[in-house]
Order: sequence, then structure tokens, then C-alpha cells
Amino acid sequence: MASNVHTLTIPSSTRFLEDVREFITTHATEAEFSESSVEQLKMAVDEACTNVIEHAYAGQSEQPIEIAVSIQPDKLTIRIRDKGRGFDQQSYEEPDLVKYAKSRKSGGFGVHIMRRLMDDVIYRKGGGFNECCMVKYKD
Amino acid sequence: MSNFSVGFRASGTVQILDLHGELDAHTAAELEAAIQKCQKENQVNILINGANLLYISSAGLGVFMAYIEEVRECGGDIKIAALQPKVFNVFDLLGFPMLFDIVDSEDDAVGKFSAPDAE
Repeated sequence: MASNVHTLTIPSSTRFLEDVREFITTHATEAEFSESSVEQLKMAVDEACTNVIEHAYAGQSEQPIEIAVSIQPDKLTIRIRDKGRGFDQQSYEEPDLVKYAKSRKSGGFGVHIMRRLMDDVIYRKGGGFNECCMVKYKD
Repeated sequence: MSNFSVGFRASGTVQILDLHGELDAHTAAELEAAIQKCQKENQVNILINGANLLYISSAGLGVFMAYIEEVRECGGDIKIAALQPKVFNVFDLLGFPMLFDIVDSEDDAVGKFSAPDAE
């Protein structure tokens, strides 16, 4: 199936998250996703990139994050690549909102949000990089 | 340049924080500073007005999470009002209505601070 691919590479700093959201909004809108799906895509990618910045690169601000958007007639695939520390899916636990609030804990919802908003979220490692691949089908 | 800002107003004993723009991992520190300012000034009745809040990520939600228990232990609360539907959807996705008082209008939220047991 034919697809268009668009890529954006940003340094690993949170000040570029706005650019990432704009990039996703532009291409998801062009691909004729609904407004609510565009919002969901925007947020899922924001969360994924924030996780790379804060965890994979542990706050180093000059490392590369590559975001590739592949548009197909029935779906949009987003691939996010980094060269930092990989995500350990085995040790991930779904957050409990009430427990978190009581312990004044504030982080840890990014992966949960990605899984709720996207139809598929896969983590891969190989070739010297980590990859998070997310898919959203058109309504 | 940050595309997020916090405005401060008061309505009686209620400190109102007007959020403008996009609240993400880059701008969340501004919200945190605003809530800390309220705490420093012993303002424990905090109303977040989200009418001009265009976007929120888990980083922004995390700021509310980090302070809600502390504020309630001091006898106050953080209430959230006037969220745009697309932003409310994010709060709802994580189950926030279970933990936070999220109200349609600012007036209703202010009223709830002065009559907490009323429906």
C-alpha cells in the first residue's frame, strides 16, 4: 500500500515539543483525520517524545529524536527513534491515580496515555537505536 | 518563547489562576511556580480557570497531582473550571474527575468553595 513519509528531527529538549505537536497536527490534518483524532495523535506523540527526553536521554538536551509520520489511506503510523536508554516494558506498571496523588507522585502517565489514545504501541530495539512505533486507524 | 502563561485574580478568598496556551513538559514549571506562589501567600482555595487553556499533557496534569493532597490537608482545594471540551477529554481519560472537582463555570466553582456541602 502506498504511503507518504514525513520526518522531523529535534534535539532532546522540551522546548521543541511545540514543534512536534505542530508537525503531527499538519500531517494528520492533511491525511484527513478527524479533529478529535488529530488531538489524540498530537498528545500521544508529545508524551512519547517527553519520555525520550526525560528517560531515554535522562535530560541531556542535545541528543537526536527522529519522528517519522507514514500516511496510508486507512491509518497513520508514527515512528519515534532515539539512541538513549531503552524503555523497560517489563518493569512498567499502570499508574493508580489516587495512590499517586496520596504519595505526591506526579509522573508516569505518558505510556498509559499513549496506549489509551493509539490503536497500537510497540517498542523495539536494534541497530543502535530504540524505536517506539504507534498506529492510529481512521474512524 | 513560552506559549503558556498564568494570570492571577481573586474572588473573595478564592485565588483564581487563569491558564493561557499550551501546558506541556516545557511549560509545566510555570504552573508549578504559580501554585507555589499561592501556597506561600497562604492561599489554599485555588481555582484553575481553563477557558483559554488550549492543550494539556500529562506533565501539566502531574502538577495538579503533586499539590492536591497538600492543599487539601491545609483545608483548601484545587478546583478546575471552564475547560474546553478537548482539554476536559484528557482529564477524563485519566480519571481525573474521580480525584478533582471539575466544574463547568467559574461562578459554580467559586460558589462551591463557600458552600462545600451544597449540591
